[in-house]
Amino acid sequence: MPTNVTKAAAEPAPGRSWYPVVGLGWLVPGGGHFLLKRPGRGALLAASVLAMFLLGLMMRGAMFQPQTGDVLTTIIYVGGFVGDLASGLLYLLTVWLGYSQPDVAGHVHDYGTKFLVAAGLLNILAMVDAYEIATRKKD
Amino acid sequence: MPKMNLTHFEASVLFALFSSVVLGVITKRTDSERLRYGLRCFAYFIAALIGLGWLMYLGHG
Repeated sequence: MPTNVTKAAAEPAPGRSWYPVVGLGWLVPGGGHFLLKRPGRGALLAASVLAMFLLGLMMRGAMFQPQTGDVLTTIIYVGGFVGDLASGLLYLLTVWLGYSQPDVAGHVHDYGTKFLVAAGLLNILAMVDAYEIATRKKD
Repeated sequence: MPKMNLTHFEASVLFALFSSVVLGVITKRTDSERLRYGLRCFAYFIAALIGLGWLMYLGHG
């Protein structure tokens, strides 16, 4: 009997379903953390992703459209599109409101394009963190 | 949406700042560890930025 008690105490409690957490985390950066009652961390993540995305827009960065062809083209354009899309509502609203910046030469535009992709990639990191909290892999 | 013109240095520092905040928040267990890790990441970013800047300057001839 004591063995059973010890075993039960050692097993972690089952985590909540991670689908809504990761889904909300994608749509609203930091939203997954707010849903998991980590408002401080959620606010920092939201502020960082939002600032990165807005800076990208203000630098007139270009959004990637998925293109296939040779391997390098596929990796850059499909990867860039996934990175842009990972910003969730920020990306969807921007596209729906008609933002369409052509890819022009210049270091500011180039930084803007990278900021837009990086905002999405940071949001992916936030989603992974929210997933791990939801499944009790971390606190 | 206002247009913004940043230098390479300004854009890189902002990139380092926000990336460091996210890296700090999603790693480690306690808030003090997260703060230390975020600051360390930012310092590494800036060190790499200055180091690579000098490397390109000296390599350019």
